[in-house]
Amino acid sequence: MKNSLIALSRDALNSLRDLAPIVVVIAAFQILVIRQPVSGFLSLVFGALLVVAGLAFFIFGLRIALFPIGENLAHSLARKGSAFWLFTFSFVLGFGTTIAEPALLAVAEEAAEVAVGAGAIADNQAAIDNYALGLRLVVALSVGVALMLGVFRILTNWSLPVMIIGGYVLVVIVTAVAPPEIVGIAYDSGGVTTSTVTVPLVTALGVGLASSLKGRNPMTDGFGLIAFASLTPILFVLLYGIVTQWI
Amino acid sequence: MDLILKALSFVLGSALDVAPIVFFLFLFQLFVMRERIANVKQVLVGFVFVTVGLGLFLVGLEQTLFPLGRLMAQQLTNPDFLYEISGHIGDTLVWQDFYWVYLFAAAVGFSTTLAEPALMAVAIKANSVSGGAIGVWGLRVAVAIGVGVGVSLGCYRIITGMPLQHFIAAGYLVVIVQTMLAPKMIVPLAYDSGGVTTSTVTVPLITALGLGLAEAVPGRSPLLDGFGLVAFASLFPIISVLAYGQLAALRQQRAKSSTEQAELAEETDHAL
Repeated sequence: MKNSLIALSRDALNSLRDLAPIVVVIAAFQILVIRQPVSGFLSLVFGALLVVAGLAFFIFGLRIALFPIGENLAHSLARKGSAFWLFTFSFVLGFGTTIAEPALLAVAEEAAEVAVGAGAIADNQAAIDNYALGLRLVVALSVGVALMLGVFRILTNWSLPVMIIGGYVLVVIVTAVAPPEIVGIAYDSGGVTTSTVTVPLVTALGVGLASSLKGRNPMTDGFGLIAFASLTPILFVLLYGIVTQWI
Repeated sequence: MDLILKALSFVLGSALDVAPIVFFLFLFQLFVMRERIANVKQVLVGFVFVTVGLGLFLVGLEQTLFPLGRLMAQQLTNPDFLYEISGHIGDTLVWQDFYWVYLFAAAVGFSTTLAEPALMAVAIKANSVSGGAIGVWGLRVAVAIGVGVGVSLGCYRIITGMPLQHFIAAGYLVVIVQTMLAPKMIVPLAYDSGGVTTSTVTVPLITALGLGLAEAVPGRSPLLDGFGLVAFASLFPIISVLAYGQLAALRQQRAKSSTEQAELAEETDHAL
C-alpha cells in the first residue's frame, strides 16, 4: 500500500514534467505573438491539474494492470502452442478495439462528406451512413489483419523491414490508381487507429510472445505490431475508395 | 459543479471504451486459456486507475489545451494577422509569410508528443526490454522531434499545395536507406513509434491547425487539403528514431575506438 502510494506520487511528479513543455509553448505564443488576454485563467489551471492527475493515474494503472495482463496472455498463448487461438486473439483484439474508436468515428464522418463532395456517393443520409459504416468496418478489419500479420511475423521470424517497406511500395502503387479525394483520409487513418489503451496491450503482447518463444529476442522481434496497424489501414482504405467508385 | 458533471461523463465515456477490452481479455483468459487470472484484485484496481485516469486526462484537455490550441491555430492563420506580419493578403501571400505557423506547428507537435500516454507506455517497455540501452526520455525526445519536424513540413505542404504522396514516398525512401544503415535492434521500435505518436493529445490539435490553414490559404479546400498532417506526424518519427539509434551506435563506436587507441598507446609505452 505504501509502495503504491510512493509509485503513484512519482508518476504524478513525472506527469508534471511531461506537461511543462506544452504550458511553456502555449504561454510563449500567447504572450509574444498573439498578445491577447486569455479568459478564465482559474479554470485553465484547474484543467491542467486534472490532466496531470489523469496522466499519473493512467500510467500507474498501466503498470499494474495493462502490461501484466497483456504479457500473461501472451505467455499462456505461447505455452498453449495453438496458432489458431493466437491468430483469433490478435484479430479480435485489433478489430474490437478499432471499431469503437472515437477518433475513427469522426474521421469516417468527414470522409463521407468528402465522398459526397466528390460525387462518389449520393447526397442523402442513408448513403452517407452506409459509406461511413463501411469505412469503419474496413479500417477495423485492416487492424485485425495487421495484428495477425504481426504475430505471424514473430512466429515465422520474417524480416520486418522487408514486409513493412514492401507494404508501403504497395501503398504507393495503389495510390496512383485510387480516387484523389480518398488519399488524404487513407494516409491519416493509419495514424488514428491505434488508441491509448490498445498500444500498451499490443506492445505487451508482442514483447511477451517474443520472450516466450525460443530463439526470439524481445527487442528485435517483439516490437513491430503497431507498425503493421499503421500500414494496413492506408492500403485497405485506398482499396475501399477504388471499390466504392466502381459500384 | 458543471466541471464535475463533465468529468464524470468523460470518466464514464472512457469506461465504455475500456470495458469491452477488459471483458474480452477476461473471457479469453477464462474460457479459452482456462486459467485463473493472477492477482485479479490488482488487475481490477489497475483498470479502474486506467479508466479514471484517461477520463480525467481527457476532461482536463477539453478544458484547457484543446480550446486554447484551436483558438491559437485560428488566430495564427487569420488573414488579418497574416496581413499584419507580412503586408500580404489573399493571392499575394507566399509560403514564407506563414513562419509563425511553421514555428507553432513544430512547437505543438514536439510538446504534445512528450505528453502522449501511448508513447510513454512504449518507451517504458522498450527501456525495460533493452536492459536500459534505450532511455525512456531519449526515445520520447527523438519521437517528439520527428513529430515537430513532420507537422511543420506538413503545414508547408498544405500552404504550397504540393501532392501528399510525393512527400510520403520520399520520406519512405529515406526510411529504407536508414533501415539498411541503422543498428538492427532499433528498427522495429522505430517503425512502431510512427503509429503511437498520434493518439489522444496530438491529433485534435494538429487537425485543427490543418483545417484552419486550408481555410486561410486561397485555393485550398479544407476537405481535400486539410488532411495529411497525421500522416506526416507518423512518418517523421520513424526517421528520427532511426537517427537516434544511428547516433547511439556511432557514439559507442567512437568510445570503443578511443579506448582501443588508449590501449594501443599503453602497449607502446610498455614496449618502450
